[in-house]
Amino acid sequence: MAFGKPELGSLIPGGTAFDPALVNKLMGKFGHGGFLDMEYVGHGEDWVELAIDWREDLVADPDTGILASAVIISLMDNATSMSIWTKLGEFRPQVTMDLRIDYLRPSPSGERVYGRGICYHLTHSIGFVRGFAHNGNPDDPLAHASGTFIRVGDRVG
Amino acid sequence: MSDTKITGLPPYALALDMAVVDELDGVPVIGMPFADKVQGRPGFLHGGAISGLLEMAAIAAIHRALQAKGSDSAIKQVNVTIDFMRGGVGQMTYAVGEVTRLGRTMANVEARAWQESRDKPIAMGYMHYLIKAKREA
Repeated sequence: MAFGKPELGSLIPGGTAFDPALVNKLMGKFGHGGFLDMEYVGHGEDWVELAIDWREDLVADPDTGILASAVIISLMDNATSMSIWTKLGEFRPQVTMDLRIDYLRPSPSGERVYGRGICYHLTHSIGFVRGFAHNGNPDDPLAHASGTFIRVGDRVG
Repeated sequence: MSDTKITGLPPYALALDMAVVDELDGVPVIGMPFADKVQGRPGFLHGGAISGLLEMAAIAAIHRALQAKGSDSAIKQVNVTIDFMRGGVGQMTYAVGEVTRLGRTMANVEARAWQESRDKPIAMGYMHYLIKAKREA
């Protein structure tokens, strides 16, 4: 499950629009997001971009230093999840239903990895997302993602 | 601290305290203890950490299958689809992979993660790997 934390709702100021930068600051301090040290990069109406710095303990192969593919999954999980709240304009508890990642190429040793999550459709209970990961040039992606999140506890509309 | 050369597990897996804890039908079972560093919403596992465990189990299974064939081919992951079925709670999580097809150029692998009982998976992963022969047999 991604961080569809009902508890997070109590941390976010009521009556204000969802702020991905602020929320990532809260989430990036603890748990798996804290371990990966996920940073907020930017957002638009329906997208959020986060980044993770390369680290020796996050690699898949010590000989090549390429990043473990699962790091990309966590990055895309968080970025796509936050893109839903961003499009929605508010936080609603949700969990990841499924997520698919296509690995176009490895993320090289020493390179920061960026993950942009985009919410392209919302229904009463489902958020449809896609996204991609890159090393600084969005025109040269290293992975593509698509998935769905299901809202829990309440519904929109 | 465990070492990649001894355990066969990558630094990423060791950083999350994953270890080979058992074998099922000759395939390694990977365990991951609950800790803050694998936590998503409070008290529950992060989907990315579950996915990481599934990928490690899948890779362990395919290595075992290649060994059984006497192959020294390298593998390259093409993609993964993860279905999240239940919330992972604050306890040990296990995962095992199954190579459903091992061909000359690609392999299909499934991996299952569970806590209480293997019959109640918390997540399943479906992976495709490219098989890259190091030399012709």
